[in-house]
Amino acid sequence: MTADGTGPGFAAGGRLERVLRSGRFAITAELNPPDSADPEDVYEAARPLGEIADAVNATDASGANCHMSSLGISALLVRAGYGPVLQVSCRDRNRIAIQGDVLGASALGVQNVLCLTGDDVSAGDQPGARPVFDFDSISLLRTLKTMRDDGVFLSGRKITHPPKLFLGAAENPCVDPLDWRAERLAKKVAAGADFIQTNLIFDLPRFERFMTRVRELGLHERCYILAGIGLLPSAKTARWMRARVPGIHIPDAVIDRLEGASDPAEEGKLICIELIRAVRDITGVSGVHVMAYRREHQVSEIVLRSGILDRRRITR
Amino acid sequence: MYRFRLFAARHSRSFERLYAVLETSMVALHPLFRRIGYGRVEKVVAPVEKLTKSLLFDCRMCGQCVLSSTGMSCPMNCPKTLRNGPCGGVRPGGYCEVKPEMRCVWVEAWNGAARMKGRDKIGTVLPPVDNTLKGSSAWLRASREKAETRNEATGDARRTTIARAFPGARRSEPTAAPLASEPASARDPRR
Repeated sequence: MTADGTGPGFAAGGRLERVLRSGRFAITAELNPPDSADPEDVYEAARPLGEIADAVNATDASGANCHMSSLGISALLVRAGYGPVLQVSCRDRNRIAIQGDVLGASALGVQNVLCLTGDDVSAGDQPGARPVFDFDSISLLRTLKTMRDDGVFLSGRKITHPPKLFLGAAENPCVDPLDWRAERLAKKVAAGADFIQTNLIFDLPRFERFMTRVRELGLHERCYILAGIGLLPSAKTARWMRARVPGIHIPDAVIDRLEGASDPAEEGKLICIELIRAVRDITGVSGVHVMAYRREHQVSEIVLRSGILDRRRITR
Repeated sequence: MYRFRLFAARHSRSFERLYAVLETSMVALHPLFRRIGYGRVEKVVAPVEKLTKSLLFDCRMCGQCVLSSTGMSCPMNCPKTLRNGPCGGVRPGGYCEVKPEMRCVWVEAWNGAARMKGRDKIGTVLPPVDNTLKGSSAWLRASREKAETRNEATGDARRTTIARAFPGARRSEPTAAPLASEPASARDPRR
């Protein structure tokens, strides 16, 4: 390994990349962005995640709701010693802004970037906003790869010190078109994705079908796949999410289970733990990405109880 | 029209054949078009193209048509104008996240592509749209580029960054990843 923490074959050399490349089962977690300008709010939210996560995702106005920016959060996380994953959505900024932001992020110490299309503005609390979508997640990936590997902007202008980035993308294995999701993942890998964080998985059979196709295409050998795991505190929340949040598929069986439980919050945690253990055993899954909306404090408990940290097994 | 648009994607193979004939004829007409001046030809072709393609595909005249790579389902009808595949918000049954009454453009695209000879082209990573080309004829741009670069082996030095960064698009949708920026003379009627 060289002085700046990167060895040969490393894109950026951050903790997430090192854990994945060493074959250990990686854990990432999503930080819920504060509606505040106080850095302490970010540190407080990050503290319970830092105990267990190899990287912390800073969301970019997810659900098209405005919060502290992902760049601001990422910079604060770097300052506090965490490895952030900077989420970049194509909804709010054009190619000029995004290429510049990514250089700024890299200069601030960000090593992981997750390229997302983004929920439409209509999903958020300011539906009158103008949607941008100048890039899509895939052309964004290829652009960042070009900046990193060829040291040029998309215009061809040279970047004197190219950003070192571990590039990520999302995939949603459990929603339509189910038959083409793995093919779309192949496109993301071709565009330059080093790692994938999936959307929430509550339907294991669907996810297993997806992973079978992924293995047929050999994609699990060309990128690291982190399965998205979510925490459902109650049947009511689950129903609300299914109806209101784009791209979430929750089978009725899961909702019924929450509804029938005497302690739904505990049942939600159990579902989460079972899912983590199940995806760990699927060939081609390199880690989990835990998303617990407004329940960061419960993430470490869930991860510790699942036992995935007890023995970080070699997956490849 | 929405109904025609769905029809086009369902009959993508026929439209693929039809376009191949159109492109071959336009490439053959290149010397003539050149003599008349592409700028003048554009004035006739662009309105015809707009009319036909708006009717059939709800075309938005982005000027960089990639229908051959998108199963004859126009990606500019996606409310997010995604050029590379569906987003993660597709509703059950294959409906749009933003307009729930509309079929997802990319579900139709992937199904359409499966019926085509060039079915693998949908896997090509396409660059972002060049907004300066909006309103111009993609037919002329494509056939002209094909005619002009047919016998030309272009060195890497002459390629734009877009062409280098999106080599797949350069091969299958050349006008989306041009070798050089649009020549100023392209629409000059004197040429």
